[in-house]
Amino acid sequence: MYRYDEFDHGFVQARVAEFRDQVERRLAGEITEEQFRPLRLMNGVYLQLHAYMLRVAIPYGTLNSRQMRVLAHIARRYDKGYGHFTTRQNIQYNWPALADIPAILDDLASVEMHALQTSGNCIRNVTADHFAGAAADETADPRAYAEILRQWSSVHPEFSYLPRKFKIAVTGAERDRAAIQTHDIGLHLKKNAAGALGFAVYVGGGQGRTPMIAKKIRDFLPERDLLAYCTAILRVYNLHGRRDNKYKARIKILVHETGTEELTGWIENEFTALKEGELKLPEADIAAIQAYFAPPALSARPEGDSLLREAQADSRGFSAWLKRNVTTHRHPDYAAVTISLKGIGEAPGDATDAQMDALADIAAELAFDEIRVSHEQNLILPHVARADLKAVYDRLVAIGLATPNAGLITDIIACPGLDYCALANARSISVAQDISNRFASQERQEAVGELKLKISGCINACGHHHVGHIGILGVEKKGAELYQVTLGGSGDEHASIGEIVGRGFGPEEIGGAIETIVDTYLAYRSGGEETFLETYRRLGSGPFKEALYGGEAKAA
Amino acid sequence: MKILTANRLSDGEAVWLAADHSWAESIDGAEIARDAATEERLERAGKAAYLKNEVVDVNLIDVALVDGQVSPSRLRERIRAAGPTNRTDLGKQARPAIAVAA
Repeated sequence: MYRYDEFDHGFVQARVAEFRDQVERRLAGEITEEQFRPLRLMNGVYLQLHAYMLRVAIPYGTLNSRQMRVLAHIARRYDKGYGHFTTRQNIQYNWPALADIPAILDDLASVEMHALQTSGNCIRNVTADHFAGAAADETADPRAYAEILRQWSSVHPEFSYLPRKFKIAVTGAERDRAAIQTHDIGLHLKKNAAGALGFAVYVGGGQGRTPMIAKKIRDFLPERDLLAYCTAILRVYNLHGRRDNKYKARIKILVHETGTEELTGWIENEFTALKEGELKLPEADIAAIQAYFAPPALSARPEGDSLLREAQADSRGFSAWLKRNVTTHRHPDYAAVTISLKGIGEAPGDATDAQMDALADIAAELAFDEIRVSHEQNLILPHVARADLKAVYDRLVAIGLATPNAGLITDIIACPGLDYCALANARSISVAQDISNRFASQERQEAVGELKLKISGCINACGHHHVGHIGILGVEKKGAELYQVTLGGSGDEHASIGEIVGRGFGPEEIGGAIETIVDTYLAYRSGGEETFLETYRRLGSGPFKEALYGGEAKAA
Repeated sequence: MKILTANRLSDGEAVWLAADHSWAESIDGAEIARDAATEERLERAGKAAYLKNEVVDVNLIDVALVDGQVSPSRLRERIRAAGPTNRTDLGKQARPAIAVAA
């Protein structure tokens, strides 16, 4: 992973000192809330229902054990003993005091972390495939480019006061595990016919109140042109993006209102002017950054196969976990492990300080000291010898993080919702817990198969419900919570926005409605292998509407 | 009926304006406005506290009296008054109530 140099250390330390001064002046009343608010947002500090919230950046979701231990320490010392991993590969703390935040930032800086640009109208965390560097189907590790973009976008003098937030995601495989088509800029790292590395470039994806799938504006951008092209996009957005209406200020609206062809023309013109200038990436610079992401030395561990056979025979729990939570690695003796943070009946994406400490130990001892955060609110150990999988599993069992539900219906993504968030209209965690408990049976879940269920507590869609196979949106109607259901969304390379199925459901009804939807799928699926999404795409919403609403009188 | 709520600047704690214009950490301490004049008075006090950098995000909210207790009309404000509904061990709801004297 990237390691700070002198400049980076100095930069982060200076920023912490600056924010400490700003906090002190704010607490002393020397600057007003209007003056302070944009400054605290640029440092990831939100105000929520019960307390402030601090969102710590985890660049492209990559962490080592030393960093994880500091995240545990912060949860323990300054918060209430837990943290929440987010849909942008970051971590959030729900209870810090403003007065303590400079100390928290000092602790983060000591392990090369910060909370910069996790809020505000700037370029946010550049996210990447959580299996980067490990996936068997990967063309190249996208994280080197995510790091280049991170350095470019940090405190960018031209792009720090954009019309609105800006999110970039990078994937390095044909299968898109980073949901790039729902980002402002999506980058698909690939090779052209000559074997050179470059990107397909997508622009204008996003969720929120007007969900849109990104448009591909370039099929192949050579890697050396990455920064010049992204600068061109940002410059066009900064100039033409709307500033009159917060809800029409993202680049997706600019694409929609201008038209893809015309907007691409503006971008290409800007790019032509920039292309040969100082933003061009020399091969040596790219190679220097790539060196930080050199894979660990994976020694041959052929004993894995027989060890796994024995272990599976001994333990059904381990068999189930192996089947769901272990992913093929490019090295045959290794695997990538998904640590589900979706215990049955628990709040999705949360981990305690004790769990974080234990995970740090596991990573250091058995996983080459590398941990990833996925946008699906789980943690990943990208490099585990197959011979060590049982040892890892046993240690996960000991800390309650061995739920074998990766990709199943109880692997729910949920925003914090009305239990925490000042923007929310309805609770999301309680709905997630209800559904999780209903589908607690491992047998039933496996029979249902892959089903990505995502819940948002308001129209801002931080739970990514628009791209859930089943999406749930919580709204407030006549002072009560109401849940709208969408079906058929997907965030992968065949991206789609879910379709609303009909009238919403109250908190007491929504769990049952989800069961009805799943039962309908099971009744209609063509053979045991057809997934929920495949069945929906084959049949449309008809059978589901009938099952949910068929008994009701139709409105005039 | 309305009460005035805000978040304390130093730690973000949800607070309500009490009769003596201090900020109560429990909604039970909130002064209730039953007429427009009192609402105005609460708002003025809230604005003063905002300008004195004691609190942020000051708002009048609707409440009713339920079994003699102040209960906000909106679920959002009820959650603010108690704490997250999925972790009843956290927030104000987890704080020990004052014991009865006799």
